Amino acid sequence: MIAVGDDVEEKIFWIDRALLKKYADASGDQNPIHQDEAFAKSVGLPDVIAHGMLTMALVGKFVSDWSGGSASVKEFSARFVKPVIVPAKERADLTVSAIVTEIVDGRALLNITATSGGVKVLAMAKALVEI
Amino acid sequence: MLNPDSVGRTFPGAKPVSVTQSEIDAFAEVIGEEDRAVAPPTFSIRATLSESQAILSGPEVGLDWSRVVHGDQKFEILRPIVAGDILDTSATIESYKVLAGNEIVTVRSDLRSKGELVVSAWSTLVVRA
Repeated sequence: MIAVGDDVEEKIFWIDRALLKKYADASGDQNPIHQDEAFAKSVGLPDVIAHGMLTMALVGKFVSDWSGGSASVKEFSARFVKPVIVPAKERADLTVSAIVTEIVDGRALLNITATSGGVKVLAMAKALVEI
Repeated sequence: MLNPDSVGRTFPGAKPVSVTQSEIDAFAEVIGEEDRAVAPPTFSIRATLSESQAILSGPEVGLDWSRVVHGDQKFEILRPIVAGDILDTSATIESYKVLAGNEIVTVRSDLRSKGELVVSAWSTLVVRA
């Protein structure tokens, strides 16, 4: 039985440059700040950064794993507050957890926390799921 | 600067988006989703972000896309997208403001199948000063 206040167990996703290339191809977002280190630095970024929407897609996986599949996700929102920085030949963590804050009419509202390197990358991240 | 007359207007997408199983498979694979019967929750961004880019950076609106960063994103999913969907798209410029020289635009993209609303997606985009 799911109850308000329940924690959704933390999960870590790993993001490397190869995943950024795969996401660029799968999403059609070929912005070079997500693939080209020299370009990213030329526009003032510390290094290549992950697509905000890749971060959100992975958080979506975290949510739908808990709620019972992609079809159970009804609403999903987030603010991108800091980038996930992805250096060459390294991998960045995306550490996700959540808490159940409301249950109404068979739907649960999750408040989600997402960090990378200990830094909060999403704010006001919420998902409404059918349970 | 964004053309102020465009705020509140709805722009139809250039052409319907046909969703294939291989597109769903590729997107699902990136996030490690093994269930490919329906599209992952954020899959619709594939169609809506490029459509918003085309509309917002077009001559009628005039946003400078090269300085755009993605601020916020929200999805309302009335039913999951599946392979074989042919989705009509539209983009509505819901709000526009300038804060400390940064332009902040919220655009709502609606995806419809045979007139039925499937997904609404709101993207808030910040054009850096």
